[in-house]
Amino acid sequence: MNPYYDSKDLGQFGKIGDFGAKASADKFFAWYGEVFKEGALTAREKSLIALAVAHAVQCPYCIEAYTTDTLEKGCSGDQQMEAVHVAAAIRGGASMVHSVQLMNKARSLSM
Amino acid sequence: MNVGRLCNQACKHCHVDAGPDRTELMSRKIFEACLRMVDRDSPSTVDLTGGAPEMNPHFRWFVEELSKRSVKILVRCNLTIILASDYYGELPEFFARNRVEVVSSLPFYQAERTDRQRGTGVFEKSIEALRRLNAVGYGRAGTGLVLNLVYNPAGAFFPAPQDQLERDFRKSLDEGHQVAFNNLFALTNLPINRFLDYLLVSGNYETYMEKLVEAFNPVAASGAMCRSMVSVSWDGRLYDCDFNQVLDLPAQPTVADRVESFDRGAWEHRIISTGRHCFGCTAGAGSSCGGATT
Repeated sequence: MNPYYDSKDLGQFGKIGDFGAKASADKFFAWYGEVFKEGALTAREKSLIALAVAHAVQCPYCIEAYTTDTLEKGCSGDQQMEAVHVAAAIRGGASMVHSVQLMNKARSLSM
Repeated sequence: MNVGRLCNQACKHCHVDAGPDRTELMSRKIFEACLRMVDRDSPSTVDLTGGAPEMNPHFRWFVEELSKRSVKILVRCNLTIILASDYYGELPEFFARNRVEVVSSLPFYQAERTDRQRGTGVFEKSIEALRRLNAVGYGRAGTGLVLNLVYNPAGAFFPAPQDQLERDFRKSLDEGHQVAFNNLFALTNLPINRFLDYLLVSGNYETYMEKLVEAFNPVAASGAMCRSMVSVSWDGRLYDCDFNQVLDLPAQPTVADRVESFDRGAWEHRIISTGRHCFGCTAGAGSSCGGATT
């Protein structure tokens, strides 16, 4: 990890409210905790989604946190990596599907 | 009872530091003292571990002696020993004949993560050994022959919930390998010996210890296995648990420290010796040789 991102800093995440905007931080963490509770999706499914999104938004803290979390939810390497492929496919797909805009515009300009 | 540190494997996480080069083995004299203790104090279970307990030359005699008594016999079998030679190949039938409950480590239901911890090729050998145990009735409904598996994480992370892991293992081992078992126990790796070395070398020690301490669960502490057992070492000394035994952290001096002079009444009222490794048994859902404790 780049020194700008220090793994130990993740331990301070829960204390951001001490620096400022405590009411908002408290609401954020309460909501965050609620989101990851077992619901219509299992806690493991949510953790794999989080791992995939962590790669999509390329957050080193989130990647470390949800790599650990998915391991601690019994996920195999295949399950973890398939989640990342889903993230990559959507990122790649998002670029590729915009080629329809390209085609539409090109056709509108062409004889 | 830890009947010796000799083992055919040398697993990376082994808290006993067991391996093929170890020479510590329980003598016949100590086994006989243990039998007298069983007769006198009537424990519900005798749990045999090692090393590979089957490699002790007195192992089969002792199990046969135990089977004459009304005590549950539990053997922690590493599975690969069953494939080590024709002599050890008889173990499934021997276990079945003596109604031994078999407990076997299988760190994961896939080869890569298992072999990383226990050695190359261990997963395939373990599957073959499980099939041989299944063939004599272990893990099969209606036989009464119990085969339990033990999962421990292959690294510096905590185990998943035991019931969830058990479902994953059952599905994968049944569909992929036609292997059956009864229950799965999820264990937390304790920061001692080889696993401690790994934590230190890999730079995970501080984070792992912080996680263990933060996950301290008083309910798990109340169910810790040291509260209801006595651990006998290969040389006949008594400890609060197998981990204290390998750390040579003796029981409090208020109680006898040898199997020959064990006093159950005094033992039940002793103060248990503790150390930083105890956070491994008290984290989260708790951990013991029988899995989660909450």
